[in-house]
Amino acid sequence: MSEQEKTILSISHMKKSFDELEVIRDFSLKVRQGEVVSIIGPSGSGKSTILRCASLLEWMDDGELSYLGEYAAKSEGGKSVYASKAELRRLHRHFGLVFQNFNLFPHYSVLKNITEPVILQGNMDKAEAENKALSLLERLGLKDKADAYPFQLSGGQQQRVSIARALALSPEILFFDEPTSALDPELTGEVLKVIRSLADEKMTMVIVTHEMLFAKELSDRIIFMEKGVVAAEGTPEEVFSTDNVRVREFIGKVSTL
Amino acid sequence: MNLETMVLQLGSGMLVTVEIFVLTLIFSLPLGLLVSFGRMSKNKVVMTISKIYISIMRGTPLMLQLLVVYFGPYYLFRIKIGTGYRMVAVIIGFVLNYAAYFAEIYRSGIESMPVGQYEAARVLGYSSGQTFFRIIFPQVVKRILPPVTNEVITLVKDTSLAFALAVAEMFTMAKQVASAQTTVVPLMAAGLFYYVFNLLVAFCMERLEKSMAYYR
Ligand SMILES: Nc1ncnc2c1ncn2[C@@H]1O[C@H](COP(=O)(O)OP(=O)(O)OP(=O)(O)O)[C@@H](O)[C@H]1O
Ligand SMILES: [Mg+2]
Repeated sequence: MSEQEKTILSISHMKKSFDELEVIRDFSLKVRQGEVVSIIGPSGSGKSTILRCASLLEWMDDGELSYLGEYAAKSEGGKSVYASKAELRRLHRHFGLVFQNFNLFPHYSVLKNITEPVILQGNMDKAEAENKALSLLERLGLKDKADAYPFQLSGGQQQRVSIARALALSPEILFFDEPTSALDPELTGEVLKVIRSLADEKMTMVIVTHEMLFAKELSDRIIFMEKGVVAAEGTPEEVFSTDNVRVREFIGKVSTL
Repeated sequence: MNLETMVLQLGSGMLVTVEIFVLTLIFSLPLGLLVSFGRMSKNKVVMTISKIYISIMRGTPLMLQLLVVYFGPYYLFRIKIGTGYRMVAVIIGFVLNYAAYFAEIYRSGIESMPVGQYEAARVLGYSSGQTFFRIIFPQVVKRILPPVTNEVITLVKDTSLAFALAVAEMFTMAKQVASAQTTVVPLMAAGLFYYVFNLLVAFCMERLEKSMAYYR
């Protein structure tokens, strides 16, 4: 298997309910190194739930989840059986998640938001972590904000800091859950620009977004979710020229917003 | 009794008051955190016990609780109690009572934290202990400072209840001196003392609040 084809994330036959509500009915996804996959679809179709299960914030009911071939959960007798706590903590290092509302730590400076997780992970001392954080901040155009506190930043700047915070841990794959939805329209551009630059550098990403044009331009693959199942999937060209009426309707509606 | 012995007696009373105040805070602040964990526990038994404990401590007079702590060992278990136990009983009674109030304050603060803070920490690889002590607790402290200040100011005044166990704190001494000398001056001095003590407390808490004002 060549480096290019290494599978980073593999989800197979994920099922997830909340009480009686079946949110994910059957979902499978393989993401190879360097790929950008976008997940689109109407509200409540289960997009966030997929990312939350993949990032171990939520437990699947059934299905398998693995990173780089190492299992976080296996399906046994119609139920997901998760690996040990220690094993899961190790797998945590493979992925990062960028939240819709940033979730920066308000009592930490920008710099400490980025460095503390790195230092706690134990691979770098404080000076190395700070160097890394500063170069990331510089790359994201936030060099002069290292000592600021989150409340002093605009939404777009906060989201860029949260991207830097995730990147500092050098994840193999980065998940985005509507990274621009909490932002004023004039601020989405700066965040999309950062994500675009990550794509140019072949960062492996799964992006849940309502930005249709952005998804179309950036993605290697687009998945259209509806009511907990994949309603359409393919290259941007395939999905945007689909015959599926629901998909066409959705894309048309969102794009003209 | 000359002025000097009067001042000395009041002074020793002051020290005892400060001692009750400081010891109560030192023990009840951490104990209150433990009780709040119990109150929020998923374990039904632990949760119910904590809830009953808090409800009794908040629902009965502190003076009564002090008497129970002091006389309880003798009436319940026939354990002989010496006079040295008085001060200990006062501290135990105050700590148990204030821990209950602090527990409810901690709980409201902890429950007001957005779940996103926990989730971000988890995804970034923080253990649950790291999440609590590095991310959650510092922010909770900032949020609960105003109600804690209220409790601490009440505590200053409540210390005079130690009088119920004849502990020679400020109020007991002032009353004693006042009746011996048939003058209200000692009582006024005591009042002034509590007032200045509380001004000091308010000043310190304000400083503390300011020290956390660097973020929102
Ligand atoms: N913790 C939860 N408890 C109960 N129901 C939940 C929970 N999380 C999500 N749901 C429900 O699951 C369904 C799918 O939610 P999800 O957040 O995955 O949708 P989404 O596709 O991300 O929607 P949106 O575009 O609005 O973000 C919704 O009906 C939601 O109400
Ligand atoms: Mg969502």
